[in-house]
Amino acid sequence: MVGAHADLIWEYLRMVEDPEIPVLNVIEMGIVRELVWEEEKKMWHVIITPTYSGCPAMKAIEEDILETLAELQVKNVVVDTVLSPPWTTDWMTDEAREKLRATGIAPPEKGSADKGLLMGRIKEVACPRCHSIHTIMVSQFGTTACKALYKCGDCLEPFDHFKCI
Amino acid sequence: MTMEHKEYYLTLADTLLILGQRLSEWCGHGPAIEEDIALSNVALDYIGQATSLFKEVAQREGMGKTEDDYAFLRDAWEYRNLLIVEIPNGDYAKTIVRQFVFSTWYYHFLEALEQSNDAFLQGFAQKSIKEVKYHFQHSRDWILRMGGGTAESHRRLQQALNDIWEYTGEMFTTSAAELKAIAAGVGVDNTKIQDTVLRIVDAVFEEAAVQVNPETWMQKGGKEGKHSEHLGFILAEMQFLQRAYPGSKW
Repeated sequence: MVGAHADLIWEYLRMVEDPEIPVLNVIEMGIVRELVWEEEKKMWHVIITPTYSGCPAMKAIEEDILETLAELQVKNVVVDTVLSPPWTTDWMTDEAREKLRATGIAPPEKGSADKGLLMGRIKEVACPRCHSIHTIMVSQFGTTACKALYKCGDCLEPFDHFKCI
Repeated sequence: MTMEHKEYYLTLADTLLILGQRLSEWCGHGPAIEEDIALSNVALDYIGQATSLFKEVAQREGMGKTEDDYAFLRDAWEYRNLLIVEIPNGDYAKTIVRQFVFSTWYYHFLEALEQSNDAFLQGFAQKSIKEVKYHFQHSRDWILRMGGGTAESHRRLQQALNDIWEYTGEMFTTSAAELKAIAAGVGVDNTKIQDTVLRIVDAVFEEAAVQVNPETWMQKGGKEGKHSEHLGFILAEMQFLQRAYPGSKW
């Protein structure tokens, strides 16, 4: 009974979009970590983890989850936020990366735990439009906490790069 | 219920909150739109990190408080932040020098905090260090750019360093609350990361051709609640709404 419900709730959660990157839902983003049934209180716990500590979308995501589930008649839900294990772009599926690229955001490379960055190593980011690797970083910080600003040297288009963390 | 190591938590949370608040002052005033966005992003990271620490304190204290109670309803003498985060932003060079030295220290602090036997702090450190890596890189790039830029940018960078340096010593001191946390395996011994941090800082300053005055007398007191007058002004602005309209909600 609880198991069947859990499958259904996971499906419902796929309807919750990331408010800042609406091509991805919260499952594809890797924001929803677990779904736990607490027998004692007869309550569902949706465990989420922030992409960035200060991400202003987290509050909206929490509310969207509660609202979506309530509309679908799933009652007694709480959303719990955990920091550990820390969210990483490695949790993003290949499908999610492709969706990002299609929407004009260069997806994060795999292998985020990369100390080279600390030493100022330059990494290669391909333009999501023309796929050229002649790109330059304009700013390490972009339109949202999770993105950096890049520019393509060939097609000259500016674009967002989803940062690796 | 009294919370063990509450002051240790507050030292860190207050430092992050006040620096986040300071950096937010650049929003709409940055020297270029990219920098405006960059510092606002960095500010958000700090405020987010402070929020999660305050939430944990609220939960452990079990007195029904929220993170906002700690941010908005404490006076200057109850704040435990480092002095370096409360000094005014100055010009962009001054803000960047503070960012660079602070994030170099903070990165290594978090690296050590990952070994804390407090599970929450361990998770907090693993999360935050990923963000701080970007803060470090951003400020380091600017130090090099200003150092190797024009005569004017170099002069301003050196001036900023002269102004900021006296506030850097406090990062490597240990307060009574910190000593207690270190003894319990909860906190980080800042004296142990000092050499590594200063080695990195010195190397970058050398590359930027600016000098630290080794005779600088170091300020301290923030971690004991003894602040400069600047903190009062920050709090007056940050806390105005909750003080004027107690209990008002977003």
